[in-house]
Amino acid sequence: MAVISYREALNQAMREEMERDASVFIMGEEVGYYNGAYKVTQGLLQRFSERRVVDAPIAEMGFAGIGVGAAMVGLRPIIEFMTFNFSLVAIDQIVNNAAKIFQMSGGQYNVPIVFRGPGGPAVQVGSQHSQSLESYYAHVPGLKVVMPSTALDAKGLLKSAIRDDNPVVFIEGETLYNTTWDVPEAANGDGDLIPLGVADVKREGKDVTLIAWSKMVWTCLDAAKQLAAEGIECEVVDPRTLRPLDVATLAASVQKTGRCVVVEVGWPVAGFGAEVAYQMQKHCIDALDAPIERVTSDDVPMPYAKNLEDEVQPQPKDVVAAVKRVLYLE
Amino acid sequence: MAQIIGLPKLSPTMEEGVLLRWTKKEGDKVSPGDLIAEVETDKASMDFNIEDEGTLLKLLVKEGDTVKLGGPVLIIGKPGEDIAALVAQAGSGAAPEAPKAAAPAPSAQAPAAPVKPSAPPAPTAAAKAAEPARAAATPKAPAPAPSKGDGGPAPGKKLLASPLAKSLAVELGIDLRQIRGTGPGGRIVERDVRTAAEGGAAAAAPAPSEGNGRGAPAAHEVSDEDHTMTQAIAVRPRGTATEPGADFEDVPASNMRKRIAQRLTEAKRDVPHFYLQRSVDAGPLLAFRQKLNDLLGDRGKVSVNDLVVKAVAIALRRMPECNAAWVGDAIRRFHGVHVGVAVSIEDGLVTPVVRDADKKGIGQIAAEIRDLADRAKKRALKGHEISGSTFTVSNLGMFGIERFTAILNPPEAGILAVGAVMDVPVVDKGAVVPGKRMTVSMSCDHRVIDGALGARWLQVFTELVEKPESLAL
Amino acid sequence: MVRPVVTASQSTPDKRIEPDAPELVETTSAELGPLYRQMLAIRRMEEASAKAYSQGKIGGFLHLIIGQEAVCVGAIASLRPEDYVVATYREHGHAYAKGVSARAIMAELYGKKTGCVKGLGGSMHIFDKSKNFLGGYGIVGGHVPIAAGAAFASKYRNDGRVTLCFFGEGASTIGGFAEGLALAALWKLPVVLICENNQYSMGTPLYRSLAVEDVSLRALAHGMPRDRFDGDDVVKVKRRIAEAVERARTTGEPTLIEVVTYRFRGHSMSDPGLYRTKDEVEEWKRRDPLGRCRQRLLDVGMPEGELTSLEDDVRAEIEDAVKFAEESPAADEYLPYVVKE
Repeated sequence: MAVISYREALNQAMREEMERDASVFIMGEEVGYYNGAYKVTQGLLQRFSERRVVDAPIAEMGFAGIGVGAAMVGLRPIIEFMTFNFSLVAIDQIVNNAAKIFQMSGGQYNVPIVFRGPGGPAVQVGSQHSQSLESYYAHVPGLKVVMPSTALDAKGLLKSAIRDDNPVVFIEGETLYNTTWDVPEAANGDGDLIPLGVADVKREGKDVTLIAWSKMVWTCLDAAKQLAAEGIECEVVDPRTLRPLDVATLAASVQKTGRCVVVEVGWPVAGFGAEVAYQMQKHCIDALDAPIERVTSDDVPMPYAKNLEDEVQPQPKDVVAAVKRVLYLE
Repeated sequence: MAQIIGLPKLSPTMEEGVLLRWTKKEGDKVSPGDLIAEVETDKASMDFNIEDEGTLLKLLVKEGDTVKLGGPVLIIGKPGEDIAALVAQAGSGAAPEAPKAAAPAPSAQAPAAPVKPSAPPAPTAAAKAAEPARAAATPKAPAPAPSKGDGGPAPGKKLLASPLAKSLAVELGIDLRQIRGTGPGGRIVERDVRTAAEGGAAAAAPAPSEGNGRGAPAAHEVSDEDHTMTQAIAVRPRGTATEPGADFEDVPASNMRKRIAQRLTEAKRDVPHFYLQRSVDAGPLLAFRQKLNDLLGDRGKVSVNDLVVKAVAIALRRMPECNAAWVGDAIRRFHGVHVGVAVSIEDGLVTPVVRDADKKGIGQIAAEIRDLADRAKKRALKGHEISGSTFTVSNLGMFGIERFTAILNPPEAGILAVGAVMDVPVVDKGAVVPGKRMTVSMSCDHRVIDGALGARWLQVFTELVEKPESLAL
Repeated sequence: MVRPVVTASQSTPDKRIEPDAPELVETTSAELGPLYRQMLAIRRMEEASAKAYSQGKIGGFLHLIIGQEAVCVGAIASLRPEDYVVATYREHGHAYAKGVSARAIMAELYGKKTGCVKGLGGSMHIFDKSKNFLGGYGIVGGHVPIAAGAAFASKYRNDGRVTLCFFGEGASTIGGFAEGLALAALWKLPVVLICENNQYSMGTPLYRSLAVEDVSLRALAHGMPRDRFDGDDVVKVKRRIAEAVERARTTGEPTLIEVVTYRFRGHSMSDPGLYRTKDEVEEWKRRDPLGRCRQRLLDVGMPEGELTSLEDDVRAEIEDAVKFAEESPAADEYLPYVVKE
């Protein structure tokens, strides 16, 4: 085992998959000579050359579409969006093309492509760079949506995403790149693969289930620690993949605890947490002791000022308060 | 204006009723006093007479449904009125299934043909008429949570319990109606059920009669919709006969049986009983009865019990201290003497009342008791015939029971348990001779009747029985 | 300030580039016969589908290519079977020219299980992997980057394949076209971008869409070779496109080509065509590339009898396709085609 960062984990995953499969290439803005805007592709150009690490001009719609076309005829592109906010100018390629070609072609052409990059609010980058867009993509049949919270998950899930025969939207936590985790050293191996669509219990507890992904897993773990001091044991469950969603694992936890709080950093209206809450009430209605609570960001574009930015996003105290509400401890 | 009519109180102790039969249907015009339904209460089958004038626009409950007191049973108004809002309001009280019949037949002016394209977008009468059915079929919107401490329980209010609390209550055999919820708006939550299962008193709800104005949460009130569930909870604790190998079987309790169980438990638990017994010479009573029956011929028959009722009535008139009830901070003396007569019926008992028994002749009392007993067995007693007694007589003599004690019938302060007339050797003027004796046991509410008072009353009673001619005076 | 070179006046209703009787391109009946057969089959297939549409047997959108047949037939005739074609929602002809059978196309229009995409795509989404036909796309311009992507893969693998991408002049204003064009030029991707300029993007004439009506001029900004010509003569189309295909195959360089043509029918079946005059349509029909091709075929020596026999053969093929579509079982599954397991 080695303690590595989330950033290194993603880098290792791509490096190992590119070693393993010559059809894998990476394309995006500043992925090559710049070594990645967030240094996730550090060193890959040196190792794999310009043919497989392709610096693209600022043309998300163009290079995302090139990825789709290349994937149709057998390559396995990794398309990096410098941030997922920029994916919105390429959303035609993701939603109208990548997600639908397998269906439109009656199953003849599949699109094995990964769209990856950081998403969610970072720190003081304003409203256009602070969005959580997973709910947009999780809405679309034909896509898979992955949101790892730890370095271990990031590596195992990215390797699985690259090997997947379908388009995968892989949204990294912008503030998670420096977080570390024990990750097994299994270069080029399959031992560290984490299948898509399998949730993970990040912390066990009996009193309440916290469902969260990406950065919010950490917020929930913080809240769980505080609550443990008060004798309240939270179970933190990370779906890791939003589409397909591992409803069974989430529901098993809620069945056990009888209480559920869904935490997401996205906006409240039609956020993915609403779908999770729906699935949990549907499968756990007889086990629920309280209405399912959601904790989300405020329903506003992200402000710049640090204090306001913190206020908008879910903090551990907000999770603690929600837990107390479902436990009727207010 | 159309309005919702709730289930009226048809017996003094009624908290819910089973709607046995509708005697009117949707669309019928009714006037105050019209019989519209028969309702089984805890006591008997009762007539439900409407107090309003109008047309029955919608029947909200099906025959056989259980309805809480005050729970919505029908909507009355003018033909063609839009009652969608009322149907929605009836919400938890309305039958969960979509009603079979469409609500009020559209009136004659309702267009039968499709609306003309030029018609304004306002819903047509026909569209309105169809709305109630739709509204009833639509899942209910959640009722706003009542604010804390908002008075007493609203009749027919939905039971507020989390799904987990409900399933846990089934598992643990807890009656949710007996639990006070500590969640928002009085919602019963898991911890409340667990506390109750551990016998925690804190979670027990106050008796419904005490709840008024005390800010007791309404959570224990159960709507008909929840009835099935809570009933199941009440009578089917863990390990029922449906489990293979169980060495018993649970016979589901009728409403009446549940009510008897509750009322007698409360009486025996809450009323400080004591008992006085004495044996009376029944010889003169039997002889007097024979004379009366000879006189009556085939016009009727007088029983020992009829005479006992008359004797009790006169004794109460003479000693009004015993024709009384404890009302918390006073002793209420009743002006009228109304004697309840316990009548055994299938699966329970009722106590029809002989009103002003002290003022009625023996023949009339006998005829009334026979009529009441007959109709009790047919469950055909009216509400006023089973309520308002001030003292009760219970007689098991016909079963050969020599003596027994009875549980008081609150709020009455006394009940007389009458045994069989027995042939016994008695000492008369120093000689042992055959005699007729009857043992009576008086149960007294000590809060109202002390030992000496009860004893004096029994003495008066005994004198009346032993000199039965005085009963005819 | 650099002034763009404008080759067609905005006020000229006739957008043709060349005179009415341009110099004839050399050909033989052996070359032209199969091209004529394809054009005729496409014409008959489109007519049959219009009829089925009017009978309610085909639903949704139906965009016919009648009048433009020489472009797809001539262009695709320059390809090898392993080359890729990416097309728009007006792609029945391109699919047929790339080898997709009339049966598979017609059954797809009918929404049948035997359709080339099992009734899941319909008129706008014809795909056939076995023919390297990468599909018909319904979002204008969004498929241009896909074509560049297929060409990227060919360059990545150095497999010598060329991709043809068809689009209308209406696509020249959208970002997908601009970005696909830019990246193809930047990375020297072996793709030939063919603008079928049929004069109207739906109901809007080009002069109301573009400041500079010559779409091919966009190539200049990217240093990309370009070409521009009338699409009446299928042989000329074939020759001119072949030059670009050859360039792509040998040097990897893309080309932007604008072919001026005209659709005789509306944008789709629901289009009454009020934005143009009957006279204009009739004028273009007079120069129908199909009739012109037939005459040329007689001129280069195909006996009338052989031609009639060819035409009978085509009629039979399309009748068979319609019958096949009519008699095919209904589409019956869609769940297996959401994600690949």
